[in-house]
Amino acid sequence: MKTINEMEITFKALSINEGFARACVAAFCLPANPSMDEITDIKTAVSEAVTNAVVHAYPLKDGDITIKVKLYKNGVVIDVIDYGIGIEDFEQAREPFYTSKPNEERSGMGFTVMESFMDSVTLEKSNKRGLTVRMEKIFKTQNQQAVGQ
Amino acid sequence: MQIKNRIYENTLYVILSGELDEHSAYQTRVNLDEIFTKPNFNQVIIDLSELEFMDSTGIGVLVGRYKKLKDKNIPIFICNPSSHAERIFKMTGLYEIMPKIS
Repeated sequence: MKTINEMEITFKALSINEGFARACVAAFCLPANPSMDEITDIKTAVSEAVTNAVVHAYPLKDGDITIKVKLYKNGVVIDVIDYGIGIEDFEQAREPFYTSKPNEERSGMGFTVMESFMDSVTLEKSNKRGLTVRMEKIFKTQNQQAVGQ
Repeated sequence: MQIKNRIYENTLYVILSGELDEHSAYQTRVNLDEIFTKPNFNQVIIDLSELEFMDSTGIGVLVGRYKKLKDKNIPIFICNPSSHAERIFKMTGLYEIMPKIS
């Protein structure tokens, strides 16, 4: 299926951009008429993925985060991409309550929240380093098929 | 993030308004810990009715405050979470340490 619309934004990996990123992606999805609950699901999942990149991807230097969004009539595919240090063990990172920074009052629930609020979450290395989090959401008010089918 | 608070009959009422994410988490921690130094309360009720957004960072903030107050035997209760906040609380088992009240 053809996309309704596509976009790509790149911003510095700073926590002040978390609000911008989630609001921007949510607003971009509006033409597909998702429900308010679905919009909040997307905002929360984007916030989790961007927060992970802000907190973990660039411990030693500044870096960028890119978000690519493909909007379809019945859903959306969102890639949150960083070019930082990456994750060694994807399975461990996805475990509920796992955090690589146990002394910082972190819940370790970021990926669990993404998985719960989105229909699919996959992790890939981006260009040999860094991480791409791909999240898909089907808008249930539309036909329930795979996004883009 | 704005935090309003008042003490009434030994209960500290805290109202969180705005967005609780990684960006606002640090200041929220500092402000709550400052409020918790007040005297004359033996329980805390955190009202989330004005919280417009929260992600899992909020869990870290709340659990951190729970641990600090637990040493003083002061319980925390949660009221008026949004349906999304509630899903995150249930996913993480937060209500087991901070029960929800109406």
